[in-house]
Amino acid sequence: MKEGYELIYERPKSLIKVHNHYCPGCTHGVVHKLLAEVIDELGIENETIGVAPVGCAVLAYDYIDVDWQEAAHGRAQALATGIKRMHPDKYVFTYQGDGDLAAIGTAETVHAANRGENILVVFINNAIYGMTGGQMAPTTLEGQKTSTSPYGRVIDDMGAPVKIADMLALLPKTYYITRQTVADVKGVRAAKKALKKAFEYQKAGKGYCLVEFVANCPSNWKMTPIQSFEWTKENMFPYYPLGDVKTPEE
Amino acid sequence: MLGEVVIMKGNEAMAEAAIRAGMDGYFGYPITPQSEVIEYLAREVPKRGGVLLQAESEVAAINMIYGAGGAGARVMTTSSSPGISLMQEGLSYIAGAEIPCLLANVNRAGPGLGTIQPGQCDYLQTVKGGGHGDYHLIALAPASVQEMFDFVYLGFELAEKYRNPAIILTDGALGQMMEKVELKDEKLPKPDISWASTGKGKRKERNVITSLYLQPEKMEVINHNLQKKYKEIEENEQRWETINTDDAEYLITAFGLSARIAQKAMDILREEGHKVGLFRPISVWPFPKKGLSPLLDKVKAVVDIELNAGQMIEDVELVNRGRVPVKFYGRMGGMIFSPDELVDFFKKEVL
Repeated sequence: MKEGYELIYERPKSLIKVHNHYCPGCTHGVVHKLLAEVIDELGIENETIGVAPVGCAVLAYDYIDVDWQEAAHGRAQALATGIKRMHPDKYVFTYQGDGDLAAIGTAETVHAANRGENILVVFINNAIYGMTGGQMAPTTLEGQKTSTSPYGRVIDDMGAPVKIADMLALLPKTYYITRQTVADVKGVRAAKKALKKAFEYQKAGKGYCLVEFVANCPSNWKMTPIQSFEWTKENMFPYYPLGDVKTPEE
Repeated sequence: MLGEVVIMKGNEAMAEAAIRAGMDGYFGYPITPQSEVIEYLAREVPKRGGVLLQAESEVAAINMIYGAGGAGARVMTTSSSPGISLMQEGLSYIAGAEIPCLLANVNRAGPGLGTIQPGQCDYLQTVKGGGHGDYHLIALAPASVQEMFDFVYLGFELAEKYRNPAIILTDGALGQMMEKVELKDEKLPKPDISWASTGKGKRKERNVITSLYLQPEKMEVINHNLQKKYKEIEENEQRWETINTDDAEYLITAFGLSARIAQKAMDILREEGHKVGLFRPISVWPFPKKGLSPLLDKVKAVVDIELNAGQMIEDVELVNRGRVPVKFYGRMGGMIFSPDELVDFFKKEVL
């Protein structure tokens, strides 16, 4: 640090210095950074094990400097259960998208939550399958066009978008469930607090915490990054309202 | 000195062996005819230590095994045919990521939901892959309750030695049958888990458990390394039993339960003066080519006996390469042949 300068911001130590593979305007990178910051601030980088999904974040383990396991599609919370049960004193989190968590992995999600596994689930909900090129997700909104709902999602035919956070909140053993965004600075600040709180709850042995991010996908929504944030606010937030879905009774 | 001798079911023997061998965790889902394994563990683990969890499905169970095994724990799951089919995805990942763990398939007759009666119809699924990709499980086929017990130890040892999933291929009859077992009172030594995702701790380098390598150049190297390991296993770990093969003119090949019944048929034929011997693969992968091949230069014919439509016979033929005629006798759908039935077949078709 040069004399006369004050450090007000630096790259989190746990964020590995490599170029990431995410598209311009994608917010996976922001959420990764928040996770790395929280891991740094809590000083838990040597005691944390992440579980990566199948989806755009399949290579999440290349970016955050902790031990990781790469799960099969949808199975992250089963892996996390296995890891946490063998290492109850370690911090275990999964990082999953909407297809992974709320379609193919629904059973693993519901039952990990129902058992109250003492893990953190980071859930990126951008209402589309990113990695495979923009197909319909369980969370795709009514009328939203994707490559497999080219005329828009029809609820009578394709079902309604799944509000998995609200479903999980009904289970008695879930502890903290919250819906966040990183679409603006205010959201980023609140989201970081939520992630930190969830890790602290895990340390205290409180059980299952899920932080959902109502997120964007400029590439597959076929928008500029700025348009995608506007679309998120106009269309996603009304259906997936931000804020705590379930808070601990303390 | 003789260890403690008890009478127990094959399924219970596997569970008891797992606890004694030092299993850290069991994740499983009930399915007939192997539910005694998780029931026994549910009674014993809380008293004797370890982790036990009834998963919501076989899919979840195998992925819990993947997570726990990847985090360095000695873990086991058991199931039966339809459940093992559900585990194939996880097994492929586990093999690809080189995670040691132990499974048992208490085989019931299929296809589909089939029956809860015993069968050996999962042989090919067990030894030729089962899931996607070029991989192998180390597969052991017990023929007695004693071997159900012993092969839990051997399975863990081999799995940890080669960082590879191992499987006990048994069946509903052996799982349910009660026999005398001599119990071992030893715990296996803790394996090296410096590769596991346990949290970095004092390690400088982090550990990432994955089977994903997007660059084909890298993925080919990973495959070459796996194949090198499989060659080493094939070289070192072929196991088999021979009975009455020294003077045999006719050879029976059979594994597991079939070998038990075939042995009785062999005894009857011997009493009648026919020189019949038995070759029983103990490791069904690696297939014991080294044991079988020399015998095929000495006998007039082989009779392969299985509780399926003829699966191991493909491996027998690969070793035989046309040297002697190979006949097949099998039953399917949960039906089990009697020794007399095998003797009749021998007399009509072979002698």
